[in-house]
Amino acid sequence: MSGNMNLTLKVWRQKNASDTGRIETYPAKNISPDMSFLEMLDVVNEDLIKEGKDPIAFDHDCREGICGMCSMYINGRAHGPNKGVTACQLHMRSFKNGDTIIIEPWRAAAFPVLRDLIVDRTALEKIQQAGGFVSVNTGSAPDANAIPVPKWNADEAFNAAACIGCGACVAACKNSSAMLFMSAKVSQYALLPQGKAEAKMRVTNMLKVHDEQGFGACTNTEACEAECPKGISVSNIARMNREYAAAMLAGE
Amino acid sequence: MSKFFEFLNSSVGRKWLMAFTGLFLCLFVLVHMSGNLQLFKNDGGKAFNQYAVFMTTFPLIKVVSYVNYLLILVHALNGFYLVNKNRQARPVKYAGAKSDASASWSSRNMGLLGTVLLVFIVIHMGHFWREFHFVPMEAKQYITKIGEIPTEGTPFDTVITIQAKDFKEPRHYTINQQDMSGRMATYEVVELKDLYGEVAEAFKSPLYVAFYVLAMIALSYHLAHGFQSAFQTFGIRSKTYAPIIKGLGNLLFAIIIPALFAAMPLYFLFIKH
Repeated sequence: MSGNMNLTLKVWRQKNASDTGRIETYPAKNISPDMSFLEMLDVVNEDLIKEGKDPIAFDHDCREGICGMCSMYINGRAHGPNKGVTACQLHMRSFKNGDTIIIEPWRAAAFPVLRDLIVDRTALEKIQQAGGFVSVNTGSAPDANAIPVPKWNADEAFNAAACIGCGACVAACKNSSAMLFMSAKVSQYALLPQGKAEAKMRVTNMLKVHDEQGFGACTNTEACEAECPKGISVSNIARMNREYAAAMLAGE
Repeated sequence: MSKFFEFLNSSVGRKWLMAFTGLFLCLFVLVHMSGNLQLFKNDGGKAFNQYAVFMTTFPLIKVVSYVNYLLILVHALNGFYLVNKNRQARPVKYAGAKSDASASWSSRNMGLLGTVLLVFIVIHMGHFWREFHFVPMEAKQYITKIGEIPTEGTPFDTVITIQAKDFKEPRHYTINQQDMSGRMATYEVVELKDLYGEVAEAFKSPLYVAFYVLAMIALSYHLAHGFQSAFQTFGIRSKTYAPIIKGLGNLLFAIIIPALFAAMPLYFLFIKH
């Protein structure tokens, strides 16, 4: 087709967790601007397989922007140049014919690279398991008027709960801090009556695990908010800072 | 108490410590700048030299100044600790990072800016603070005729230089002697270490002035991020106040204070001689 593009990819290749890894260059030929970024990688992989080479390994699942698997640092930005999208929702029309695209995995001590562009994000699960839940069965959905929740709280909790745990905040942060992720989880419960009871325990335990996993501290650069595909606000980090200080410095 | 130390050692607690000490230091630069505005007074340095004595002898100020030195150290050491810890969180760097697309330069370079400021503080204190406290310094005797409104043309203020070896401590007394017309008059005499003269002398050097101006540019960028960031760390953030804190912070701490500070060496270099 006439609008199709030829691109050069510089991709991080790493055989396994213990390999040192390197950047390798591949051509991406005849790429339609309507393809998603992952579909472009599929095309490149087809060519690699035909040439008898190892295809580029990358994580992907839903391909509709809600699973948070496609952890890719594209041209120096988490999930590429567009705001509010994951790599699967980044379309090739965002690039120009002849462009060189650098593709790297998330970089963080807490996210070891397993292969090529795939990182192990278990560290985020560990934070979640440390307190990102309500530990008693709160039953099925109650009547709307049984537990009063102000509209503002419901909205804020919902916005925080939109976090898909993709790790773009960690990838974009100069300190590889998972504060935005953690604060979204802390907020979504702290704002609602069901979660409030365990709020102090939750934030204390989650932050302890966050630090143990080797994530950095927050410098308030707000790069996480700028790169978050779900638009999670750093006001959640402010809330978490309050919650944590209250839990540690006040009360028993 | 162990909970308090656990808090201080956590990633959030360390930021609280950074924010607390940082805001205290913001207050300090505000006071320091306001006091130093007396350098602009055209009085042979009397007001500034008096102010220097007050700041180094008034007990409350002395206590606060030692707290201030301590907090500078805590802020710097904790800053180095955090920079190092945060670097460890990303052992492998990105090949093609476009960091400026998502975060401001100053927010990403607080460690660098802070280091420039620490070097500045060491040199600044090693010069004026050390010399004022420990090195014999030329002094000035300010003589003012009191009890009478001076008429135009009469010498009102006389300034006499006292050699460093002849000066013991600041003095303030009155003398009675004949004035120029032969009548008896009362004069107020103030003898002070001439820190003003030291400042004026130091800022004759364009290189030294350039270093001070550069440090104030670093201060501007450091506080452009630092002041408002402290509030975020404390969790003080609302849609109403965030723009005020950011606006006030940038206007006062990133523009007005560094600009007035930088104007002092420039004033001595270009206007005072």
